[in-house]
Amino acid sequence: MQIDKSCRYTSTHEWVRVEGDEVVVGISDFAQNQLSDITYVELPSVGDTLSAQDEVAVVESVKAASDIYAPIGGTVTEINDRLADEPEIINSDPYEEGWLFRMKPIDESDVEDLLDASQYESQLPSE
Amino acid sequence: MAPFAGWDMPIQYEGILAEHTETRTACTAFDICHMGEFELKGPSAEADLERLLTQSISSLDVGRCRYGYLLNDAGGVLDDLTCYRMDDDRFMLVVNAATCERDSGWIRQHLSDDTMFTDLSSAMGKIDIQGPTSRRKMEAILGAPLPDLKYFAFAEVQIMGDSCILSRTGYTGEWGYEIYCPWYATEELWNMFVKEGGIKPAGLGARDTLRLEVGYPLYGHELTEEATPVAASRGMFINMDKDFIGEKAVEKDLAEGTVQVMVGLKLDSKRAARTGDSVFTLGAAVSERPSGVVTSGSFAPSLGVAVAMAYIDESLASAGTQLEIDVRGNRLTAAVVDLPFYKDGTARKR
Repeated sequence: MQIDKSCRYTSTHEWVRVEGDEVVVGISDFAQNQLSDITYVELPSVGDTLSAQDEVAVVESVKAASDIYAPIGGTVTEINDRLADEPEIINSDPYEEGWLFRMKPIDESDVEDLLDASQYESQLPSE
Repeated sequence: MAPFAGWDMPIQYEGILAEHTETRTACTAFDICHMGEFELKGPSAEADLERLLTQSISSLDVGRCRYGYLLNDAGGVLDDLTCYRMDDDRFMLVVNAATCERDSGWIRQHLSDDTMFTDLSSAMGKIDIQGPTSRRKMEAILGAPLPDLKYFAFAEVQIMGDSCILSRTGYTGEWGYEIYCPWYATEELWNMFVKEGGIKPAGLGARDTLRLEVGYPLYGHELTEEATPVAASRGMFINMDKDFIGEKAVEKDLAEGTVQVMVGLKLDSKRAARTGDSVFTLGAAVSERPSGVVTSGSFAPSLGVAVAMAYIDESLASAGTQLEIDVRGNRLTAAVVDLPFYKDGTARKR
């Protein structure tokens, strides 16, 4: 299982990567593995304003549907259009091609309050 | 791994989609040891089963098996099961894991004194090999031909020196076998077929998407103790020319019809409806009475869209009817379609 060291994490398995004055959000390798084959992704709309922990997206696999929560507050600036036709790229590349959406944070420093890679790793169930 | 009826069950190995596709296009092996098997033996066994089960038993030949229901006095479904005729006076019932204990109690209560009941569940292992290439692949691995078996026929065969039952049945809609073996031989057989033979293993996840695509019911979802099987089977797997427990309620449902019936729903999206989601007519408000309820639902890998089985009002049950399903607050549109959803299954091929 991979944990991208350049990301911050939530306890609900979203990752956040700062790029300029925006952040990119996706789900962790652990999460995609738990969900197994992803078949459908419902994304927010560009312009949506979110508070931290808002339900923002749904990632659905053959097994179950999972809510995705906004890791921090902000405004959605871009969504990953490829996921409409190729949701499986979340399984194959959760930290790069399988990103979900970009947002402009209300307060960039909120990212610092999220889990770092080692904190996230330590709270995962041991196999 | 996940707990299921007291067993630790493999949900998936390589991945549900890959296992599903492998089963439709080649073949896979399923570890089905959790299912229960009972043996009933004696001069009254046939008459006892005729009374306990909805399917005809007296017309069942040795070497054949038949699917049907075990009902309570009110006609509610205690289980759906397959009855194998091993001999004139010896039968095997294959039952669901979750209902095994209850079935055993119910059946033993209703047996004649001279019928001997044995629960074989812990003595027997079960491996299903399912998919269009099952026979070719198994014969290559075994280095010997398999007997010609018609659909729902079986033979007692020796595999690696162990006495096994090879049954041309399954739960996937594909050509294949269910193999019943002594418990101590299960691991050896699994290793021979899977580890050495190269048949890919498939888990409960793929088993569920495969059965859903061909419209097979799953006990506890489409069939429950709360209702007769009539709304699900529309009279199939029930022989009304005999007396059986629950017959009165079944007769009434057949004569008067049921308020709701089971249908297949094909969604317009990849997003799936799930068990318990409410079905509405187009545009009906969430405050209105639902027209039905989803009993099973998933993305259907072979169809590329989501499908569901649901109980809906009889007036809406004809193919082509457009409906909406409330999925976590979103309305997904769906059409009633004839089952099976997936029509290219090879199960019945000669």
